[in-house]
Amino acid sequence: MKTRRIDNYGKINRDKILSFRWDKKNYKGFEGDTLASALLANNIGIVGRSFKYHRPRGIFSSGVEESGALVTIGSKDRRDPNVRATTQELYNGLEASGQNAFPNVNFDLAGINNYLGRFFAAGFYYKTFMGIPPLEWGKGTAIWMFFEKFIRKAAGMGSASGLPDPDTYEHAHDFCDLIVVGSGPAGVAAAIEAAEKKLDVILVEQDSLIGGNQLAENDFDNSQIKNQLENLGIKIMTRTTAFGLYDNCVVGLLERVTDHISAPNVNIPRQRFWTIRAKHIIVGAGAIERHIAFNNNDIPGVMTVNASKHYLNRYGVLTGKRIVIATNNDSVYETAHQLSEAGANVTVLDSRTNFEIETNKSFEIRKGYVPYNINGSKKIDSLDISKSETINKSETIDCDQVLLSGGWSPAVHLLSHRGVKPKWDYNNACFLPSDTKENITMVGSSRGLWNKNDCIASGIAGTTDALNRLGISKTNYFFPKPGGWKNPIQPLYEVKYKKSRSKSFVDYQHDVTTDDVRLAHREGFISVEHLKRYTTLGMANDQGKMGNIIGLSLMAELLNKEIPEVGTTVFRPPYTPVSIGALSGRNVGKHFRPLRVTPMHQWNIDHGAKMIEVGLYQRPWYYPKENETLSDSYIREASTVRKTVGICDVTSLGKIAIQGPGSTEFLNRIYSNGFSKLQVGKARYGIMLRDDGIVMDDGTSWRLAENEYFMTTSTGEAAKVMSWLEELLQTRWTDLNVNVTSVSEQWAGVSIAGPKSREVLNNCVDDSLVITNNKLPFMGVTSTFLKGNIPCRIARISFSGELAFEVYVKSDFANTMMDLLWENAKKYDGCLYGLEALGALRVEKGHVTAAELDGRVTIDDAGLSKMASTKKSYIGSAMRKRGVLKNNDREILVGFFPTNLKETFNAGTIVCEKNNIKGQGIGRITSVTYSPELGHWIGIGFVKGGLDKWKDTTLVGADPVRNKQMNLKVVSPHMIDPKGERMYA
Amino acid sequence: MIRINCPYCGERDHNEFSYGGDATINYPSLDASEKEWTEAIFFRKNIKGFQFETWHHSNGCRMWLVVERSTVTHEIKSVKPCHPDLQKVVKNNK
Ligand SMILES: [Zn+2]
Repeated sequence: MKTRRIDNYGKINRDKILSFRWDKKNYKGFEGDTLASALLANNIGIVGRSFKYHRPRGIFSSGVEESGALVTIGSKDRRDPNVRATTQELYNGLEASGQNAFPNVNFDLAGINNYLGRFFAAGFYYKTFMGIPPLEWGKGTAIWMFFEKFIRKAAGMGSASGLPDPDTYEHAHDFCDLIVVGSGPAGVAAAIEAAEKKLDVILVEQDSLIGGNQLAENDFDNSQIKNQLENLGIKIMTRTTAFGLYDNCVVGLLERVTDHISAPNVNIPRQRFWTIRAKHIIVGAGAIERHIAFNNNDIPGVMTVNASKHYLNRYGVLTGKRIVIATNNDSVYETAHQLSEAGANVTVLDSRTNFEIETNKSFEIRKGYVPYNINGSKKIDSLDISKSETINKSETIDCDQVLLSGGWSPAVHLLSHRGVKPKWDYNNACFLPSDTKENITMVGSSRGLWNKNDCIASGIAGTTDALNRLGISKTNYFFPKPGGWKNPIQPLYEVKYKKSRSKSFVDYQHDVTTDDVRLAHREGFISVEHLKRYTTLGMANDQGKMGNIIGLSLMAELLNKEIPEVGTTVFRPPYTPVSIGALSGRNVGKHFRPLRVTPMHQWNIDHGAKMIEVGLYQRPWYYPKENETLSDSYIREASTVRKTVGICDVTSLGKIAIQGPGSTEFLNRIYSNGFSKLQVGKARYGIMLRDDGIVMDDGTSWRLAENEYFMTTSTGEAAKVMSWLEELLQTRWTDLNVNVTSVSEQWAGVSIAGPKSREVLNNCVDDSLVITNNKLPFMGVTSTFLKGNIPCRIARISFSGELAFEVYVKSDFANTMMDLLWENAKKYDGCLYGLEALGALRVEKGHVTAAELDGRVTIDDAGLSKMASTKKSYIGSAMRKRGVLKNNDREILVGFFPTNLKETFNAGTIVCEKNNIKGQGIGRITSVTYSPELGHWIGIGFVKGGLDKWKDTTLVGADPVRNKQMNLKVVSPHMIDPKGERMYA
Repeated sequence: MIRINCPYCGERDHNEFSYGGDATINYPSLDASEKEWTEAIFFRKNIKGFQFETWHHSNGCRMWLVVERSTVTHEIKSVKPCHPDLQKVVKNNK
């Protein structure tokens, strides 16, 4: 196979040969190549198949706008689909393959879609598979969902590996005065000016080299610029894309750290996701050359003019031998000259008839001509051309390449992210950036400047603008006027094909043709945003960087409007695709979210605990002995608590220190029950309501001293309660002299429950007299010492319904406390118990937790009406009496037994009346357990009307998810020891 | 990303903060009527432009702040502590 590489051109390192594989064959390239330049050098024209029609596709560009050469890089778990070959740097051993074709891009069986084209026009899938809304909406949707996966496969892009990503990614942060996006002449001028004015500058470049479009010039050398930037202390970030601008001058960057290295150091992340907080942003992102829509404008061999210049001068690849350049503007002539100098036979078709251009006559210029139709399928055989005045095939030119330049679109994307709408410039046939009040300045060709000197001047002006806005200077400045060509551009977006069924592509990547746009218009999709979604124009990886303006111009013509009247779609981040790996950074696997453990976590594990996640916390779930299952274990643990004694880690409860002279008044306002008469040395169970009268949380508060309380909250609501207390004290009750401090991490807590719990504790405290029934009655609190002089707080609180104590020590003493308690509990045949047994014990008692207090439940619903004081006002006291919360048919807390005591049920079961099993029923079961005490399954939950209404009626528990149904008996939620005699013992 | 200039900690990313709500509500006394509470809790203006809202520096100094922010552009005009005593402290420190 003949190479297209030519001598004496390009900036590649010809001493460093790199081998790579393309579609399972070996090839060679040079250091400094992209995959695209290496493929072109090896004369590989077809690199992919198109989205819908499976037409052969080649390389259209040399940059991020690429919409043809999307390939898959790597293999197995490192397979990366939809990579632009034009920006993928070549490395030794690179493995790449074409996409969207079976068996390969040269011979694709689905290429037959090309001949069935009319079935694949805009909206085809929707119309065929989704029915005609609204009549068939439901049915159509179901059919669509069934077919979708097959359609996606047929019209797919590359596929992900489906394996865990072996690479690491990093999140990184930085700050600067000025961030400059783009290292072309404008960006570099801006950065230098700013650094000389002592600003802290970051310069970002998506390419591996700085220089911007100057890299396409044959005499450009960036080494001097690079030295100058470095000497000024500018932080240069290459291979880094500014993918989005956000509020307050925040810029998102994606740095590709190792994507260009064949065997990267495994300790280095593959990519870095940067969040940069700048004071000012200068965008010199350049401009993107557009193509022109005409029949078969997608045949491999079609390329933008500027891309061909890049391949020649940067990579030493002459992309064609007999080249036709089609243009409507002056920008192509230098390239035409250079291509012909490099040995190509060049013809320029210029749609304009009346213009002057200086050339050395090394190539032919056909004034007033446009491209009409390409002949060929896998490569270009010849080009039919037309006079631009009257469109029709006038003659055929023999050629192997067609280069297009339909004008240039300034890259206004980043500014568009900030909601700034660009304005249409008729003279230059492009959208130009509008001004913004935010600290963002556009410079260079991204503000429509086509000459290098203008770009440099704009860079300096941009920095002056930045300095003025930052209040550092007050200097007058001006930006050069947009444009800069000698002859005006003549708008040219489409050359209409005279025959039907043309394949004039607007959006190469999504196979959107000019006919699709017209069809969408005929069907009433006249808003740009609707057009975009219906045809999928501009919705592919390239996000319409090349085709959007052509689509807009077609729509404008159809609507008899001008382009600015039709509008433009809003660009959103990211500018180029960002991998999900980079977005998640290190927050994967077990680092997905923070892990919270209690200070006795290891102690629990060492003593056989199986752990369960509760919120972020790891808590002991159950402590199996030998071959015990979960249910064996928790039933044993719960029975042991009721029989003798058990120990349970309750450290995850929220703990808040409440201090100051206003503390009692404060608690009295936030709890629904009274706290004004709570004595020092006593604890009280309390319920907090929200402003709207719904239960927020429950817990206990211990009065340690006149002006000091120790509050516990539920595990799940701890953070919320803390914020809530702070909000009240800082915003509403600013005269209350109270301090709240979260001490959740400072205290380790344990519950000792069961008839033998006092005896166990007797052996553990320094002075057993402080915990006698007299000294420490039910809800009593004491501050004392465990053996070994360990200060502790003990409260006689019971969640299980048994005689029970909660003991808290400073976290550092957690293990010592556990050793001490466990050693003594063993003497009474006690056990360690986990969350599952704790749940069983509390369900038997009808105690509510987060499963019941789900943000919809009132105090009355929870059967806790006696906790609502009538003697005082408190948060939620007015609103809990509002109409809807007082309806007779509210769901009230009850207990449930299966009528047949041998049956089981699950939480989530819907409670229904017999013969009316549907919808949401009349209630729900929220928590269930096997009750060791009662010897069968029990549950608590809610039912409309509560116990009084249903105690003599058999209801039905429907569990459609598990395909289960059982008869239910409604009972009191207090299923064991309803008078509480045990805990007062 | 919104950047909020906490009077105690300095300018920080918005993900250090939690949004509270309308800072202009005068919550009625606890013994006020259901009607007054309904007004205070459920009725909100949907402002286009600058509004006063509370933010909690929950991953910072834990101060509740009044932030004057544009709902259109996210521009922030002023930030001050909710608590009047803290407002005084911040002023004196400047
Ligand atoms: Zn703060």
